[in-house]
This record gives sequence, structure tokens and C-alpha cells, in this order.
Amino acid sequence: MQTEPNKYVKELTQEKYKYGFTTDVHTDIIDKGLNEDVVRLISEKKGEPDWLLDFRLKAFRYWQTQEMPTWAHLTIPEIDYQAISYYADPTRKKDGPKSLDEVDPELIKTFDKLGIPLEERLALSGMAVDAVMDSVSVKTTFKETLMEKGIIFCSISEAVREHPDLVKKYLGSVVGYRDNFFAALNSAVFSDGSFVYIPKGVRCPMELSTYFRINAANTGQFERTLIVADDDSYVSYLEGCTAPMRDENQLHAAIVEIVVMNRAEVKYSTVQNWYPGDAEGKGGVYNFVTKRGNCKGADSKLSWTQVETGSAITWKYPSCILSGDNSTAEFYSVAVTNNYQQADTGTKMIHLGKNTRSTIVSKGISAGKSQNSYRGLVRVAERADNARNYSQCDSLLLGSHCGAHTFPYMDIHNETAVVEHEATTSKISEDQIFYCNQRGITTEDAVGLIVNGYAKEVLNKLPMEFAVEAQKLLSVSLEGSVG
Amino acid sequence: MLEIKDLHASINGKEILKGINLSVKSGEVHAIMGPNGSGKSTLSNVLVGHPAYEVTKGTVTFDGKDLLAMEPADRSHAGLFLSFQYPVEIPGVSMVNFMRAAVNEKRKYEGKPALTASEFLKLMRQKREIVELDSKLANRSVNEGFSGGEKKRNEIFQMAMLEPKLSILDETDSGLDIDALRIVAEGVNKLKTPQTSCIVITHYQRLLDYIKPDIVHVLYKGRIVKTAGPELALELEEKGYDWIKKELGEM
Amino acid sequence: MKAEQQYIDLFSQCEAMICRHSSEVLNAPRARAFADFERAGFPTRKQEKYKYTEVGDCFAPDYGLNLNRLEIPVNPYEVFKCDVPNMSTSLYFVVNDAFYKHVQPSAALPEGVLFGSLRDMAQQHPDLVKRFYGKLADTSKDAVTAFNTMFAQDGVLMYVPRNVVMEKPIQLVNILRADVDFMVNRRVLIVLEEGAQAKLLVCDHAMDHVNFLSTQVAEVFVGENAVLDLYELEETHESTVRFNNLYVRQEADSNVLLNGMTLHNGTTRNTTEVTLAGRGAEINLCGMAIADKNEQVDNHTFIDHQVPDCTSNELFKYVLDDQATGAFAGKVLVREGAQHTNSQQTNRNICATREARMYTQPQLEIYADDVKCSHGATVGQLDENALFYMQQRGISLKEARLLLMFAFVNEVIDQIRMEALKDRLHLLVEKRFRGELNKCQGCAICK
Repeated sequence: MQTEPNKYVKELTQEKYKYGFTTDVHTDIIDKGLNEDVVRLISEKKGEPDWLLDFRLKAFRYWQTQEMPTWAHLTIPEIDYQAISYYADPTRKKDGPKSLDEVDPELIKTFDKLGIPLEERLALSGMAVDAVMDSVSVKTTFKETLMEKGIIFCSISEAVREHPDLVKKYLGSVVGYRDNFFAALNSAVFSDGSFVYIPKGVRCPMELSTYFRINAANTGQFERTLIVADDDSYVSYLEGCTAPMRDENQLHAAIVEIVVMNRAEVKYSTVQNWYPGDAEGKGGVYNFVTKRGNCKGADSKLSWTQVETGSAITWKYPSCILSGDNSTAEFYSVAVTNNYQQADTGTKMIHLGKNTRSTIVSKGISAGKSQNSYRGLVRVAERADNARNYSQCDSLLLGSHCGAHTFPYMDIHNETAVVEHEATTSKISEDQIFYCNQRGITTEDAVGLIVNGYAKEVLNKLPMEFAVEAQKLLSVSLEGSVG
Repeated sequence: MLEIKDLHASINGKEILKGINLSVKSGEVHAIMGPNGSGKSTLSNVLVGHPAYEVTKGTVTFDGKDLLAMEPADRSHAGLFLSFQYPVEIPGVSMVNFMRAAVNEKRKYEGKPALTASEFLKLMRQKREIVELDSKLANRSVNEGFSGGEKKRNEIFQMAMLEPKLSILDETDSGLDIDALRIVAEGVNKLKTPQTSCIVITHYQRLLDYIKPDIVHVLYKGRIVKTAGPELALELEEKGYDWIKKELGEM
Repeated sequence: MKAEQQYIDLFSQCEAMICRHSSEVLNAPRARAFADFERAGFPTRKQEKYKYTEVGDCFAPDYGLNLNRLEIPVNPYEVFKCDVPNMSTSLYFVVNDAFYKHVQPSAALPEGVLFGSLRDMAQQHPDLVKRFYGKLADTSKDAVTAFNTMFAQDGVLMYVPRNVVMEKPIQLVNILRADVDFMVNRRVLIVLEEGAQAKLLVCDHAMDHVNFLSTQVAEVFVGENAVLDLYELEETHESTVRFNNLYVRQEADSNVLLNGMTLHNGTTRNTTEVTLAGRGAEINLCGMAIADKNEQVDNHTFIDHQVPDCTSNELFKYVLDDQATGAFAGKVLVREGAQHTNSQQTNRNICATREARMYTQPQLEIYADDVKCSHGATVGQLDENALFYMQQRGISLKEARLLLMFAFVNEVIDQIRMEALKDRLHLLVEKRFRGELNKCQGCAICK
């Protein structure tokens, strides 16, 4: 006999993918296909300087020589790169909107609906937002407030125009265009994304956030984010993403580069909720992302936190290069896969400096017929004396048709290193469920509770607003996973 | 036997000992008491040569030799023994192999031949009885899976094996119930001779009920601020440390 | 010229000679193996499976092969005197790849048990050998296995019939003996029928200081309720290269212990693949490597849980000194439906110098939910607190380090299910760490 379920959880588990609507707005989409002319066209539409066009062309030529990597534990249907449109501009106006008055009200409504108000007076307290739809940044809030402190927070297109020296100096410095297949593709056709520069000694007074939305059909999104935290600065940065429900797959291949200078700290949090496809595995976003930070300065700190619930296929390894002495890096991840989702995600910690420390906590939750893999590399270079790493990878399996896999690599070239890796695989025990049932909690609610408890270590790392969102997402993503 | 003069020591650049003077003669039992963080464990670690501590000033002579110039193992060979506050667990190394290595290295240092296996096992058996150490424990890895009390008993057992001239008991009473405390203390007393000395570091009077000190010191903020007879320990038990702080003009 | 070409040419030219000196059963799969090898070539480091060993480079030098089966004059019973106290074994020798036929009489075996030259057995019991030969070692999946299948002419067969319990362990000593740089391709087949029990200790030695390359493919079939202990001890020298591919298939309720210990070597690559094909099967797979100078030890293991209720325990430990390189890649696959799998994997390593390198890669691939699986891997140093504690007790730093290293690998030795062998290995390992000559007293094999 089932008792009345916990109302809060019940509401959540009955929620479908609520971001699956489309926005009806005129969008300037260039023709499908990819060749040098398309690359030139994108650059031209954005009014870019020659050096950037050169960068794109080099990347494009390199991309043409590469094949899509196959080492991940993923089954990726063949992607026709000529059937995708590489640029879609829903704002139509040549230089992007100058003020909110110029932004199409439909777009404002869309972001409102997504819970991302673009009017500063309505905004979530203490959060500045750069809203990106398809290939273009729609609006960046609180830009002026931040500028007073010398903080630059704008779309990358704007940064290319307004702060070319900074962009030129750092773009591609952490993720080179030859880094991998998708990085090359992104470097050739990247459209918009955010640029953040925190000057020396400045603690960013609010959370910076970019919200990515794919709207147009048959388009790919190739955003590029660049964050530079100068000496003794601090910033917390959030990234959110959603896409409409469409039957065909959409490609998202982004690059995030982070540079952390002496004694600076960057926290980067992601709640990834791209459309995962339907229960039969139809549609959904292919999320092939290269994210990497360089702890360039001494005593610098970089922390990645990610909650991955969406996308049909996820291929993503937010990584840290610990070049500065005494630098610290963290990676906290929860990846949930349900139905036919596939995720191959994890991190790389490259220890180059002395006395560097890294921590990896990865929690994988698989349900339905999904496949969920952790893949991680810890490398300690010869000169990286006293490096420490601790990795913990736990997998939780819900149901007997899903898979949970762990592929950690440890390459140790220094005798003073201490590197530990632990992994466990478990399921929710019948005793736990029964105990909850006896206390009046239905099985489905109990699973939600237990899963949230299981992921708590990671969720606690998220900023408050995101943590609540992420908790809800976990429950929604696992809907229908318990029979 | 032990002569400490103006000893200063620091860890990670932070000075903990700020000029210790202490003299221990043969046959004496000294008690060192003091509030948490006063430097008691630092003193014992510095004396046995823990690499994390740096001596910045002062001298320590032990039987006329410069103790600070000696390697930790040689300090042990010379007759200095520390009963650790937190004895470390060494998985995979059996007590027998561990003790045999320790005893024979000491004999080598003294120019004596190594004990044969049977001589050694006989010695183990004899000494085990002093602290009523279960023979099963002797067959396990060093301290691995031992309870708090068993670890402390094992320390005194090793003390019996190595027959040190000067033993430092660093909070040997912590974590012991009353029976274990009695056994450990009786063990220490049995091992005492007019030629051996002992420094007892403790918070409480109760260990000193069993091991009677000749001299009691109060260590506070890295210095010995008061030295008196056994009655001082009783006074501390009764009144705490505040009155000493008052005497020092801190309160 | 690529390394494989010389072997492709050699095989094409000498196939008839190879076959003439072997047996029909061994000859049958050669053509297929050749085709597989020609197609695949030697694996490169781009292939995940051989990421840590450059196979082509190992095979590139010029090695002599004894395809014409010239007899090599040596009496192993005279040179080899392995005096393991309290361990009575039946002792056999393989010189290079040839089973030494002049077996001394002490080695009487229980009725029905076969132990001897694989080539001869394949001629005497063709149906038996045919039933098993090449059934686990798939030439299309591993180029080294294909290579071995092409060239192997002899080796060892061990067959234990139903319910026969061999009380006495068998000790098999592989001796590498040659005056010129030399290659050996050896083949081993071990079959334990239902309810059979056996213990086998295999020691690899190199008598001469020339460059050796040996490949060995062993196929091991363990029937229902059967119990097998297989210990492999490598004590060769720095100019040997060894490729050892071991394939094990276990039926229901069988119990297997594999323990591979590398004490002295040049370059070693051990591939161990265990298929748990019957419910209730249990595998204990362990290994240890003590390596210094430029030694390289690469262990690649794969445990395939195909059915429910099986258990696997894996434990590998490495101590790397000087410029030694260690690699461990261990994959555990739990197939869909293999519920109640219990799998544990541990890999712990100590790098004693800056130049020593360790690559470790434990992998879990799990497709069933009601399982208990875990793995852990660490790379680190000796516990500093323990070192200090020991010094306080008068043990010198050097001795304390030895005791701790010894304790570190002891955990692997303690898995051995033969007390006398355990004691022997404790001694050998201690000698190894002390840098003393590792050879057993009275034995002239290891120079």
C-alpha cells in the first residue's frame, strides 16, 4: 500500500522538461554547411579584426585534418557537419541591442520564462547575467555597476571590439585550437559567449552568470567563454543552459578558458540542463565541450562544480593545469543519466608547479538504459614536488539496464607525489527504501531523497540559488526511473 | 644525565619553545604539566629529533654528548625513549620483526652480537609479562588495530625491551581506563632503577599517584614557569592553572 | 622497415619448417594467425591496451629463432638447485620453449594427470588438445597472441582429470639459454576438469647474458568446482623482454588464484584475461613488481563477469626505484544480468625516486545494478610518521625503509596458499630489497 507522497517531491517528479518551448522570433540564420567562406562570413557578421579571422581560419584548416575522437565510452551517431547552420542571430540588429528597449520583447519574455529576468530591477539579488541565445549575446546586466570596480563582464564579441588586447593575449592560451577535434571546430566558428576580466586585487561583488539558450532549429551553438582573474582577485561564475525539445539532435561545442593569476581564486559552477531527448532517446543536445583553467599564478585556486543532468550525449572534462606553485584545484561533479542518455565526463588535473593540490569528487547516477562514465587523468610532472591528489568516484545504479563506468588514469613522474583514487559502485538498498516506506515516504520520493543525499557533497559546493535548482533537477531527471 | 639549556624550537616557522632550562639526574622522576598548547609534546619531539621541528637556539646534552647533533636512531641507541602520545600504526610490519630490528640495532651500536631467534623470543616473552601484553598482540602488525590502551601498553613493552636510560612518557595516561593505567604505571615502576630516569608529561594527577615524581614543572607558553616538589601537582589538580597565570601577571 | 615486416617475411619463408617441427594441432591455426598479424601489425601506444609498452620496438632487434629445433645442451637438474625448505614439488624444466624430456623419477604424478611437452601431447592425445588449443587465445584480438600462435612450436600441457586432487605442487622452471640474442615463443595449455585441484609454480630464469625476447601464450581452463593456484615468478635480467598473455576461463564454483611476481626483469608485459563463465566462480588475481634501474613492468588485466554470483579480488603492488617504470591497467567488466557480483580491485604503488614512473589505470565497466564493486589506486611514498617512530626505537632510517617496503609487498606474498613458498618469497624479497644477489644458494642458473 502506498501512502500519500511528500507533496514537494511529488510536484517535482511530475515535472517534465519544462524548458522545452521555442521562441517565435525572427532569426537571421546563415545557410547550412561549413567551409572557409562560412568562417569568413561569421567573422564578417561580427565585424572582427583580421587577427581573429586568421585564428579562425587556422583552426578551421586544422579541423579539416582531424577526425572525431572515438575513445570515449559513447555511441555517437554520425554527425553531418554540413547539415548544421553555424550562425543564428535572433536579435537581427547589426551590433546587438544597446539597451533593453531595443531587445525584441519576445526574447525578454523567453528569458523571463526561464527564470532569468534581464531587467536589473527584477534580477536575482547579487547576480549579473549575460544572456546568450543561439549565436548572440542578447543582454548583459549590471555591466556598468561592475565597470565601476574595473570588472569587465560582457559578451566576447563586445570584448573583441572594446578590449582587443586582453582578448588577443588570452584567447586560445589555455585551450589551443589544436587541442582536440571539437576545440578546433569551436575556434573556427565560435559565435558568442562571455568575457570576464577581474583586475588586480578586486573581489567581484556579485555572482557572474551566463545563461545559454539554443532556440533555432538545425543550428549548432559554439560559444566561447574567457575568464581572466588577475592577481589577488576573486570571482564566482555560474553557467546555465537549456534548449527546446526538438526531435533532431542539436550540436553544442563550447570552449571555456580560465586564467588564474597569483593568489587569485575562480569558482566556476555549471548546471547543465540541455534537452536530453525523450524517453525513447529521440532528439536532445550533443554537448561536446572543452573546459580548462590554468592556475598560472602561485597560490591560485580554481574550483569546478558541475551538475550534469541534460544532453543526450555529454563529452566534457573540465580540467585544471596547476602551473603555479602552491596552486589548488577542485572538481566536484554530479552527472545524472536516464533513459538513453550517455555521459562521458570527468576531469584532468595536470600538476606542474610545486606543492600543488587537487581534489576530485565525482558522483555518477545512472538510470533507465543510460550509460554514465567517469574519465579522469591525474598527471604529476617531474618537477611538481609534493603534489597531492585525492579522487573519489562513486556510481549509483538505479535499475539493471544502465551502465556505470570509471576510467581513471594516473601518471606519476615524481616520487614526492601522493595520489589516491577510490571508486565504489552501489545501488539504493531495499532496506533504505523500506525504511523510508515505513516512515510514509513513497518509493519514488525515497529515491529522490536518497539521490539528493548522495549528491550532497557536490551540491553543497554550488551557490545557494543554484543548489536549490540543481536539487529539483536531480529529482526531475530521474523521473520514472524506479519501477 | 639530561641537561637542557635555553632551548628554543619552532615548527613551520612558529616558535613553540622559548627558552627551556631543565636538568634531569640519574634516578629522578620529573613530571611536566601544563595547559594544552604550552609546548609539552613539542619538547618531547624535539628531544627525540622529530624532523618537523627546528631547534633555533640552545643546547641539550645527554650523558655528556651533544644530543641535538645525533640522528634519531642514535638518540634511541644512546638510551632515550619516547612513549608516543599517538603511537603510529605500521601495517604489514610484525611486532616481532620490528622489535628484533630495534633490539639488534641497539646491540650493534653497543658492539654486542645480534640475539639469536630463540634468545630474542625468550626476551620478548619475559618483557611481555611486565605489561601483561597479550601474546596475540605481539604477533600482529605494529599497533595496527590496537585499542588505545593496547597501544600504550605496547609502548611500555617496547620500553622494557630497549631498557632506556631516560624515558619520556608523553601523556601515556590519556585514553586509559583505570585498570590499564595501573598496569602501565606498574610496568614503568618495575623498569625503574637508580640509574634510569623518567620524564612524565601529563595533565592529571592520577598517573602521578602511581609514578611518584621527585620534581614537578609547569610548562606554559614555551617556558618552564614553576618548579617545585610533588605537592605542586596536587595543587594544580585542585586549583587548575589560573593561579599560575595570575602569578605571571596575566590575569 | 617496420618491425613486423621481418617476421612476416620469416614466417612466409619458414612456415613449412615451423610446421614440420611441431604438431598438427598447433599448426592448424597458424595461417589464420598470420593473416591476423599481417592485418594488425604490432600494436602501437595509441592503442589503449598497449599504451605503456612500445611493442614494435621490443621486436625490432634481430633475434635468433630455433625454428629447426636444434637441441640445446644443458642439464637443468645439474644447474638448477632450488632448495625451498619444507616444499616438496614435482620439478620440471622447459629450456627456451622445449620441454626437458629427461624427467627425473621423483616426479610421479597421480593417475590420468598429463604433464609434458605440448607438441608431444598433441601428437599422443590430439583430440584432447584440439578441444582446448586456441579456444581462449583469440588471434584477431591481440597481435602478440597472433604472433605467438604463428611461431610457437612447443611448450607445456598440464591436464588434470575429473576429481583428481594433486597434493604435490608442480614446479616448472623456464630457462632461457642461448649464446646469441634469442627469441622464444612458448605455448602453455592447462586444463583442470570438474572437481580437479592443482598448484603450479612457474619460475622464469635467464642463464645467459644475451638479449632474450620471450612470448608466452597460456590458456587455462578451470572446470566446475575445480581449484587452481598458479604462481609465476620472474627472475631474469635487464636484457630480457617478456610478453606473457594468460587467458583463463572459469566454470561454476571454481576457484583460481593467480599471483604474478616480478623480482628481476628487463621489460615485462603481462596480459591477464579472466572470464568468469559459471555462477559462483571466484578469482583472486594478484601481482607484485619490484623494479629498479631501467626495468619496466606493465600489467594489463581484464576480468569479465559474465554471469551472476561471481567474486573477483585483485591486488597489485609496485615498488619502483631508480628509473624504473611501472604500469597497471585493470579493467573489470560486469555484464548486464551479472547480479550479485562482488568485485574489488586495489593497486598501490611506491615511487622511491624522482625518475621512477608509475602509470595506473583502474577501470570499472558495470552494466548490472545489484553489485558490489570498488577499486582503489594510490601512488605515494613510505609513511613518514612510521619511519620516525621506527627511528625513535633505534632502527636506522635505511633499515626502517626496508622494513616498510617489505611490509608493503608482503600483502601480496601473503595471498600465496602454500606456506613454504610464502616463507621462501619473504626471503627472496628481502634479499631483493637489500640489493643482495638474488640467486638461490647452490643454484647456477641466475648469473
